[in-house]
Amino acid sequence: MLLIYSNPESWAGLSAAQREGLARSHEELSRELTEQGMLVSAAGLADPITTRTVSVRDDTRTTTDGPYAEAKEHLAGFYLVECDDIDQAIEYAARIPDAKYLAVEVRPVMDNSGLEM
Amino acid sequence: MSDFEPLLREETPQVLSALVRHYGHFDLAEEAVQEALLAAAQQWPEEGVPDNPRGWLIRVGSRRLVDLLRSESARRQREENAANLAAPEEFVASAPDVDDPGGRDDTLTLLFLCCHPAVSAASQIALTLRAVGGLTTAQIAAGFLVPEATMAQRISRAKRSIKQAGSTFEMPPEAERDARMGAVLHVLYLIFNEGYTASSGSSLHSAELTTEAIRLVRGVRRLLPDDGEVAGLLALMLLTDARRPARTDSDGGLIPLAEQDRSKWNQQAIVEGEALVSDALSRTQLGPYQVQAAIAAVHGTAERAEDTDWPQIVALYQVLEQISDNPMVRLNHAVAVAMATGPKEGLALLEPLGSDQRITEHHRLEAVRAHLLELSGDLDGARASYLLAARRTTSIPERNYLQSKADRLS
Repeated sequence: MLLIYSNPESWAGLSAAQREGLARSHEELSRELTEQGMLVSAAGLADPITTRTVSVRDDTRTTTDGPYAEAKEHLAGFYLVECDDIDQAIEYAARIPDAKYLAVEVRPVMDNSGLEM
Repeated sequence: MSDFEPLLREETPQVLSALVRHYGHFDLAEEAVQEALLAAAQQWPEEGVPDNPRGWLIRVGSRRLVDLLRSESARRQREENAANLAAPEEFVASAPDVDDPGGRDDTLTLLFLCCHPAVSAASQIALTLRAVGGLTTAQIAAGFLVPEATMAQRISRAKRSIKQAGSTFEMPPEAERDARMGAVLHVLYLIFNEGYTASSGSSLHSAELTTEAIRLVRGVRRLLPDDGEVAGLLALMLLTDARRPARTDSDGGLIPLAEQDRSKWNQQAIVEGEALVSDALSRTQLGPYQVQAAIAAVHGTAERAEDTDWPQIVALYQVLEQISDNPMVRLNHAVAVAMATGPKEGLALLEPLGSDQRITEHHRLEAVRAHLLELSGDLDGARASYLLAARRTTSIPERNYLQSKADRLS
């Protein structure tokens, strides 16, 4: 899982040309990953202003506005790709244009397989 | 699934071979065969299975392939207007012998083509399952838990790579054959593993992959009855799959080998696997699959875990290390030594693995260390290692198992 981190200020600071370049790079990367048969899923997430955080304590549900972690950075989108190893995933993470502005986190996904140990 | 699905799967490689032998164009022929299979799946339930199903499939596939070749050729002529391209007539060779496709079995040639070195392992697997196994793209995608579009891309890409590599439909030259055979067996092994390692949740599809791998390797063995590694791989699959009914609990949790209810093991598969591997070891050239099968047979024939002949397993791992040295083999060797001699001796063998880049961060190394520390009586050390291993694994059942081991020690 390639997790794209962003913050609203760095996004607002981009020029129109930069945003266009960003979008184009995403399109190219998505196309390449699709052609290689590596893309499982990808999406951009809406601005954190639209986020609700839900928690249930003693069967009581509370909902608050905004993301769970109080930080300037937020999770802005993700790619779920099938890679041979972590190095290949890092290569693709580095190609995500947002890596230039903030950072992209690479995390393996858990699965239901396992050997008898 | 329908009654004739096994029949369709059985015929797939024969039909595809017949088309490729007569027309060439593996990529388009493969597509044509898929369409013929689809047509059969739609028409046979209503009209009944034809007297000569293979002939029917070849006829429908040929017709479709000719259409594909014509449109391909027309497209190219439009695009390039090139005089050096073959005319459509040249593509449309004489029809394959529908009623007697030569009586030859080209499955092996087909397997060599699907496991072409120009294609990545993941794509070799997908292509083999479709071209030789007769599975649909949707079935393969479900087995590997990826979207169908992703799997479809992978298959087209594999076919393109093979086309670009200019591979023709013939057996590779003698000098290359052993190496290519290694790739074929490895692909079948990976298909099996993909099915076997997945437990609950996706078990339905995964069981299909193991069954398919066993069916395919049986097919290869019919063609190469004297190849020890083919027999070894089949034996390894049978002996491993025999444990399937005992290896997970009702919640899908993993049950380690030592704690499995051995009365649930499939005795018939164990007997067959053991006979295969003993025969191969006695009369063919030794190879890693045979040795791994022999190890599985020692486990398979121990009535209780404490009856396991560990010294024999240690000896087999020593042989395996000599012919196929990798850190996983060393890790398993260390476990066997610990069981045969004592945990201290096993832990000593783990030491050098700690600095082996290929395995140092692998959860299995930490899990084994935890187990051996526990056996040696270092419960705090064992607990810390179980917790670290639980954090490192990406498998949910394994994480749960390792976490519960740690919990029990606190």
